[in-house]
Amino acid sequence: MPLVNGGKIVDDSFVKLAVDTPLPEGGDILVPAERFLGDAEAFLARAGKVGVIWPNNRDIDELVPYLGRLAAVALVFPTFRDGRAYSQARLLRERFNYRGEVRATGQVLRDQFVFMLRAGFDAFDVKKQADAEAFMQTAKRYSVFYQPTGDGRITALHRRMQLRHSEGVGT
Amino acid sequence: MYAYDEIDRTLVNERVSEFRDQVKRRLSGELTEDEFKLLRLQNGVYLQLHAYMFRVAIPYGTLASNQLRALAHVARKYDRGYGHFTTRQNIQFNWIKLAELPDALADLAEVGIHAMQTSGNNMRNVTSDQWAGVAPGEIEDPRIWSELIRQHTTLHPEFSFLPRKFKIAITASDHDRAAIKIHDIGLRLIKNEKGETGFEVLVGGGLGRTPFIAKTIKHFVHGRDILSYIEAILRVYNQYGRRDNIYKARIKILVHELGIEKFSREVEEEWQHIRNSSLQIDDEVIEDIRSRFTYPAYEKLPHMPDELRQAAADPDFEAWRRNSVAPHKIQGYSIVTISLKPTGKPPGDATAEQMDALADLADKYSFGEIRVGHEQNLALPHVAKRDLPALWKALDKLGLATPNVNLITDIIACPGLDYCSLANARSIPIAQELTRRFANHELANLIGRLHINISGCINACGHHHVGHIGILGVEKNGEEVYQITIGGRADESAALGNLIGPGVKFDEVADVVEDIVEAYLALRERPEELFIDTVKRLGVEPFKERVYATR
Repeated sequence: MPLVNGGKIVDDSFVKLAVDTPLPEGGDILVPAERFLGDAEAFLARAGKVGVIWPNNRDIDELVPYLGRLAAVALVFPTFRDGRAYSQARLLRERFNYRGEVRATGQVLRDQFVFMLRAGFDAFDVKKQADAEAFMQTAKRYSVFYQPTGDGRITALHRRMQLRHSEGVGT
Repeated sequence: MYAYDEIDRTLVNERVSEFRDQVKRRLSGELTEDEFKLLRLQNGVYLQLHAYMFRVAIPYGTLASNQLRALAHVARKYDRGYGHFTTRQNIQFNWIKLAELPDALADLAEVGIHAMQTSGNNMRNVTSDQWAGVAPGEIEDPRIWSELIRQHTTLHPEFSFLPRKFKIAITASDHDRAAIKIHDIGLRLIKNEKGETGFEVLVGGGLGRTPFIAKTIKHFVHGRDILSYIEAILRVYNQYGRRDNIYKARIKILVHELGIEKFSREVEEEWQHIRNSSLQIDDEVIEDIRSRFTYPAYEKLPHMPDELRQAAADPDFEAWRRNSVAPHKIQGYSIVTISLKPTGKPPGDATAEQMDALADLADKYSFGEIRVGHEQNLALPHVAKRDLPALWKALDKLGLATPNVNLITDIIACPGLDYCSLANARSIPIAQELTRRFANHELANLIGRLHINISGCINACGHHHVGHIGILGVEKNGEEVYQITIGGRADESAALGNLIGPGVKFDEVADVVEDIVEAYLALRERPEELFIDTVKRLGVEPFKERVYATR
């Protein structure tokens, strides 16, 4: 499954641990939520980056005490129809000011890239190679956005206000 | 009318080119049907019994004449020459070809029409009062706010994959023509004691297999906070709405399971986090949207012009006028409802020729504007009273002057088993038979206001729960059986109807309705007591006794 980060296909430095995989000595790891919460300090004390795989039916508030020390939070799309992780991503970025990697995992498809970018995701475990290759092109599909989110893109309402004011200058 | 600017046009065009690419990938096999299904639903495309069905949004029910012509063009070029107006200010085309859909969307985009989010588990077309901006006594034009919310809900990055569909309706009149109490969010525009605009917010209404009337979650949300408040409701719903069972996934179930108090506390808590964010709306933003709605330059006209006085001698004109013409906020003008319920025809259908001709009449008599209501009728919102006789003659020639608005043959019905893959029973043939039974205008007038709603399955697209008489078709042992309720209503006093007795067979439905009507005529205290009031006064029992005595 190709990983897209910073708009490009890149090697994934993280190893995903299952609930019972032995803990590797070093290197970057993504740990399932339950396992992480069971022994958070031990994971965080280890050399190498630590990220958490957070299920979409668990309150993201529980992760808040650790956010400052987490390199990544992987949010899950069990199917692309299940949109709970969009809310979690926005809360991470906009309420808890999380600046690490927010990764989309699960059934991550091309036609959701724009929504995910807007919600604050910046890394994508893309299901299909062709979709990963089409990332940059797909991400540019839209130039107009109606809602303000934490991604900083200017909204249609604000662009109209800017146009209004700049038009007003000459008259 | 709301005029799209370059920004709105760009978004719609970007959406069309995205969908063109998605259709191409589907046709090449790159996308599976499972992956494509949701993408097409988000663009209003269903797969029905015989073909793809294409649902186009008519936000808050306002259409310009050139937009109606574009709908006629789509009906003619890509479909079979007609369209079907629905109960949520949409129009459906039933015979569209997948490969041609992107072109149909592109043609509609040219006049600022789209099909975004007319199906799928997202925020649907925002609906409002079809008389918005012209109804006497209206607090203010609710379409300004409808448009603001339309924009905010379009391609929302957080709420495009909700547990289930989500519908918002807005009214600004005491009499609710937008059926806000059967919506996921209902907004009633009001003023506070300082004269500031805001909304009473209702939540959790909906029909389907578990019908609920919406409950008030907050008595006053200031206009500047309405987007953040809606966002808070949706964030709670997106995270906690049930996703394990499609029949329990609507917000009404979450509200019911949590209770309105706990649900509103959750929303309040979320809202406090986001209300002072960029979601807060400046007056300037509202004014900008308001400035792109244009209003007609009305003339100063007499209340009772000579033309109208003379035409009153014609009983056919009078019959039509009494049922189809409503008061306008400006003296000398009227709102004219166009019945799409002719005897023996499917409710809500209009041919391409009718749409084109109506667009011409709108240009001539209604400042180029047409409205679409949830009752599946159209309206011309600004007709000078002096023009009413001429308009009536023109409508009559087009088969659009059936004098039955709000009468027993003004039936709301879903497409039913004739088109829909979800249906268990036929709806349209029942409606057609009823319009024949009550075709006598004298009789229909004698009965007075009476709404019949028909759904061909439990999903309730025909809103049978809130029909004065509701008819629900189900399947029992391979046969169509119809359950009949009375006493439902969709207005400001919204209520769910009560079952009158055991289900009946297809060919008995019209007889039962006739018996119910006969019972009403015998039971009413005086001719002015409407059917719905008699049911309210007496309950179901006396009706049941009379209707089932001989069955």
